[in-house]
Amino acid sequence: MKNILKSMVALLSILVAFTSCNNTSNQNAGALSGSAAEKVYVNPGEHDEFYAFISGGFSGQLSVYGLPSGRLFKVIPVFSQDAEKAYGYNEETKPMLNTSHGFVPWDDSHHPDISQTNGVIDGRWVFINGNNTPRIAKIDLSTFETTEIIEVPNSAGNHSSSFVTENTEYVVAGTRFSVPIPQKDMPIKDYKGNFKGALSFISVDPEHGHMDIKFQLIMPGFDYDLSHPGRGKSHGWFFFSTYNTEEASTLMEVNASQNDKDFIAAVNWKKIEEYVNNGGGTMMAANYAHNVYDESTHTATSTMKKEVLTVNPLDVPGAVYLMPTPKSPHGCDVDPTGEYIVGSGKLSANLTVHSFTKMLAAIENESFAGDAYGIPIIDFEASLAGVVEQPGLGPLHTEFDGKGNAYTTFFISSEVVKWKLGTWEVVDRQPCYYSVGHLMIPGGNSQKPFGKYVVAMNKITKDRYLPTGPEVTQSAQLYDISGDKMELLLDFPTVGEPHYAAGCPADLIKPRSKKLFKLEENNHPYATKNEADTKVVREGKDVHVYMTTIRSHFSPDNIEGIKVGDKVYFHITNLEQDYDVPHGVSMIGANTSELLIMPGQTETFVWEPKQVGVWPFYCTDFCSALHQEMQGYVRVSAANSSTPLRWSLGEDIE
Amino acid sequence: MLIAVLLPLGLFLFPLWKITLEAPQYPTPLGMYIHINDFTDANPHDIKNINIMNHYVGMKYIPEAIPEFKIFPIGIIITTVIGLIIAFKGNYKWFLFWFILMMVLSAAGLYDFYLWEHDYGHDLDPKAIMKFTNPDGSIMGFQPPLFGSKDILNFTAHSYPQLGSLFLGLGIAGSFVAHLIGKKNHKKALRM
Repeated sequence: MKNILKSMVALLSILVAFTSCNNTSNQNAGALSGSAAEKVYVNPGEHDEFYAFISGGFSGQLSVYGLPSGRLFKVIPVFSQDAEKAYGYNEETKPMLNTSHGFVPWDDSHHPDISQTNGVIDGRWVFINGNNTPRIAKIDLSTFETTEIIEVPNSAGNHSSSFVTENTEYVVAGTRFSVPIPQKDMPIKDYKGNFKGALSFISVDPEHGHMDIKFQLIMPGFDYDLSHPGRGKSHGWFFFSTYNTEEASTLMEVNASQNDKDFIAAVNWKKIEEYVNNGGGTMMAANYAHNVYDESTHTATSTMKKEVLTVNPLDVPGAVYLMPTPKSPHGCDVDPTGEYIVGSGKLSANLTVHSFTKMLAAIENESFAGDAYGIPIIDFEASLAGVVEQPGLGPLHTEFDGKGNAYTTFFISSEVVKWKLGTWEVVDRQPCYYSVGHLMIPGGNSQKPFGKYVVAMNKITKDRYLPTGPEVTQSAQLYDISGDKMELLLDFPTVGEPHYAAGCPADLIKPRSKKLFKLEENNHPYATKNEADTKVVREGKDVHVYMTTIRSHFSPDNIEGIKVGDKVYFHITNLEQDYDVPHGVSMIGANTSELLIMPGQTETFVWEPKQVGVWPFYCTDFCSALHQEMQGYVRVSAANSSTPLRWSLGEDIE
Repeated sequence: MLIAVLLPLGLFLFPLWKITLEAPQYPTPLGMYIHINDFTDANPHDIKNINIMNHYVGMKYIPEAIPEFKIFPIGIIITTVIGLIIAFKGNYKWFLFWFILMMVLSAAGLYDFYLWEHDYGHDLDPKAIMKFTNPDGSIMGFQPPLFGSKDILNFTAHSYPQLGSLFLGLGIAGSFVAHLIGKKNHKKALRM
């Protein structure tokens, strides 16, 4: 009986202990959620600590957010037309979307990466890949505008892109789908051994950032999924994850998942660069667009390039090796020291980590386990640094905090897992809502991560926000990673599917952000720099209107002598030289978008009037107190009329 | 006396006056420096943007140049030459003469500045987009203050002298000091 009493007392005290534990943890949760709000709250008028550039996925664009607030500042049009900003609609930016397939007004934007100097993010440009019609774009972070797009020939599903090397020597674009190179009419079933995968190294001019394909490495016909640069000790190498080493071409979900191990391809690009610089490689006929936007003329030009230098990996011994990595790896991520290459075998229960040092030793010792089409396969154990055992299900992507920790996303178990480099032990895990894809730590793909926050980008949202019919918002989540344990701070909606993001401290970019374009530096061929020079010029059926805007009028605002069947080019220069005073313009019935013209800029839209009448146009951006009065008329006469061409401002046309 | 005479030449290096306009929409205020021979922007394009603001109430554009920009520099050079002659040849009585001359000319300059400001603020385009009246029914003027701060509609205007004026003022004051010292020394010499 005594014993029973004793054990009763013991049991009670344990229960009490548990209850009080529960109480404290509940209180903690309350306190924590309160501090979470404080951690993401940015006072009105104050600025966020970080910029985050989040890919727009199937929107084709790149959106700019502030962290930790999760506030959206701008959607930069990159691969898709944007009627709001006239991108791809006005005459100046239409060439940006030119390709070898003609004008392609959309793409699937995936992996932004910010330029680097000495392995550290420099905040000059951000690069992003168009996945569908293979292209790489460069966005200038002084204007937050897309200033260059280069098409990638011999590529399809431009997915293992667009990651930069340590000094932005190259932005790298790898093909996800292997294809016949060059393209030709052949049976699909003959894929194996005949299709090839092109890995493109696009050089970046250190001063202007102009891109040029230096060489394409023509690899076996696998699917090249993701890639990352070596850094520090592994600078000069690039790593690509592969799947479908089976080289299947149908029912891929089954047929490309048969091999126990696929590969991470290690490419010594320095060696290939040297080979190419010494005249190596084969120049091959090609056809791809190179589109460059000139900030001084405010105009893009598109040039078709006709050849590309290709390199057969077998011609450069010691340049390419394959590291076996379990189960169709997705992410292929290099830690800040450059020593560890983390392969996220998405069908594997474990994470495989390769050691760069061991890889070099294995190459030295020729610890090979055969070859694939002549490319040496390194013995699995020889390059293996360690395995993170059973951290979760469906690992996809890893980034680093610079303090010896790695953070990996798990799609199937829907969580972020924090683990330690070197000991491979899991130290924390936090759920994601739901099914996270990539994650991003500002500077996480560089030698110097800013390990304060991680942004997880989810593939599924379901019930997390107010519903909006069958199609719900896409979503990202912000975690505080400054402590031992991760803490979920914020959910925020994103534009399109956020595949990947790049972030950096705001101070790197903010001071360089332009406030306006200097009018005296405007070299647009149709620019009008003062009202006295405005005019209307007829050249046959083409009519060029040299128009200006300044608060609060167009000059001219009355135009007569336009005829049905004319093609009227409105070249509009915004004469303002004040911060945040754009003017917009739209013409009734114009089969195009509005223009939104920044101070000092010239843009052009085309109007082909089809009906006789007097047709108004107006300013679309609330520019000033007299914005509503900022309007004008164009008189359109019959095609055979003799109405003289006249224009005016502030007086009646005689 | 020599130093006092040379100090006003600082007007060719530094602005005389500055007018600043603050408003909620201008987190960086608009500003204009008035030099002895020029108007300049405090920040790039400020004068252009002041003109754009002011045209709504019918104010004239701030001119590229005014006649004073030619007269004032000549005036300063002439008075400096006179001052130099006095400094080398004259006695303390002449120092007082130069002091009075400079005081009169400066006052005239300020009055001229006031007249220009008054005209600028009151000679409004009859077709002005927005017309404002004072409580007594008279047409509201937009004259910036000669000295100090003043609220004008949504703007707060500040008008204060700059380094150039300080040099001028120190020069004038210096000549008076030179006069006093000269007088004292003269009396001493007399007593001895």
